[in-house]
Amino acid sequence: MNVLLDNFSLYGKGLLGTVELTVYASLLALALGLLMAGFRVAPVASLRVFGTVWVTVLRNTPLTLLFFAVVLGLPRFGLVLPFQLFAVLALGCYTSAFICEAVRAGINTVPKGQGEAARSLGMTFPQTLGDVVLPQAFRSVIPPIGSTLIALAKNSAIAGSFSVVELLGTYKTLNELGYSIVWSFVWIAVGYLLVTLTISALFNVLEKRWGVAR
Amino acid sequence: MTTALYDVPGPHTRRRHRTYGIAATAVLLALIGWILYLLFDTGQFTAAKWTPFLYKGIQELLLKGLGNTLKAFAYAAVLSLALGAVLASGRLSEHRAVRWVSTVLVEFFRAMPVLVMIFFVYVALKAEPLVALVSGLTLYNGSVLAEVFRTGVNAVERGQGEAAQALGMRKTQVMTHVLVPQAVRAMLPTIISQLVVALKDTSLGFLITYEEFLHAGKLIASNLDYDLPFIPVVMIISPIYIGLCMLLSALATWVSRRQRRNPKVEAAEVGPPEPGTLLPGAGQHPAPPRE
Repeated sequence: MNVLLDNFSLYGKGLLGTVELTVYASLLALALGLLMAGFRVAPVASLRVFGTVWVTVLRNTPLTLLFFAVVLGLPRFGLVLPFQLFAVLALGCYTSAFICEAVRAGINTVPKGQGEAARSLGMTFPQTLGDVVLPQAFRSVIPPIGSTLIALAKNSAIAGSFSVVELLGTYKTLNELGYSIVWSFVWIAVGYLLVTLTISALFNVLEKRWGVAR
Repeated sequence: MTTALYDVPGPHTRRRHRTYGIAATAVLLALIGWILYLLFDTGQFTAAKWTPFLYKGIQELLLKGLGNTLKAFAYAAVLSLALGAVLASGRLSEHRAVRWVSTVLVEFFRAMPVLVMIFFVYVALKAEPLVALVSGLTLYNGSVLAEVFRTGVNAVERGQGEAAQALGMRKTQVMTHVLVPQAVRAMLPTIISQLVVALKDTSLGFLITYEEFLHAGKLIASNLDYDLPFIPVVMIISPIYIGLCMLLSALATWVSRRQRRNPKVEAAEVGPPEPGTLLPGAGQHPAPPRE
């Protein structure tokens, strides 16, 4: 218990770092993922190909390799940004591939008649997708997107090893201060449970409010 | 493929789509060109940065790293399958205490970042990097696989278990002779996809100085004699790493397509070729549609 009370501000900073990373990377991942899902069902072939390549490559890339390439590689092109921004970039792009697949699976659960009806009313592709299909798809993609974002929160732990302030990284300072390692890890674990259970609760509420089983 | 989202294009629309297509391709090509320009501009293709890869020692270093990665993957895969089987049978047990303990274990290890477990074993228990990496991966993937196995067993048609019981089989016999073979066949695509996750996560060993593929790359990349060939290293490592994972993913998709035609899995729904990520407490995902 002492470990937590003595280092409350350190833990707080770490937890805040993890939450910040999670939120920013989630926003990036959701935006990119939605865009890529749109690309993957678009009538323009080159966009479809781009979306497919994006998803296939990123889904099969180890996140550590992506961090390695982004955090240590981009500065070689003279692109020097804060580490946190690099981490958000890597996490967001990686997760966007999973969001894209979840959204695409959701689009496929919308009955064909919906799209056909929209087309027969003369709606264009963006209208069909944006006004008719996606709002219905949204209802069935809440749980998969929730678990993807939980995975993102857990993956953010990798950022700590690339000079970003986050929860897992606090163990180093505590170790140097001579606190019990086991207890410092217990509180780190509690912190992560806090984050993942909050996301889980949030998405359970969303699911209750908007979700629908097809 | 969703074709219901837009009409079969007529001549006018086809022309319009072609314009969009050309514009999009041009933008993408410009992007690629810009990246290539940057690569050339910052001197990433100079001989000094690429000749090291002709040296035998460097090639052996990379191969050794790759070998260590595959070794960690092999241990983690076998052990997590075993742990998954144990935890799944615990969760399906008729004894409440066993069920309760396995549920807590599964839920806890699924909610923890793998890296926290790896660091815990590495720092707190002072284990070797390989042991830490493998045990972390085993705990996480084992619990996820436990859920996959359990979902598979529960997805086998009820009549199968009932018929086996009616024949006088004991509960272990019902499991091992009737339910598990069908469940494993049905969940094979998901199981393989989860192994892809394990393969990808072996790269976390880099963070605890396990001498795996990325570690070998880092060693070469930070060598001043070779003019710090970081980008060339990434260009060599990523295709191999990503290619390995893609091969395994492709196997999952192929198995999934094959199992759907397999008469032996008629009594159970074939799992999706995707890793088993379930939202804690939210029950099951809607089954993705069959393509």
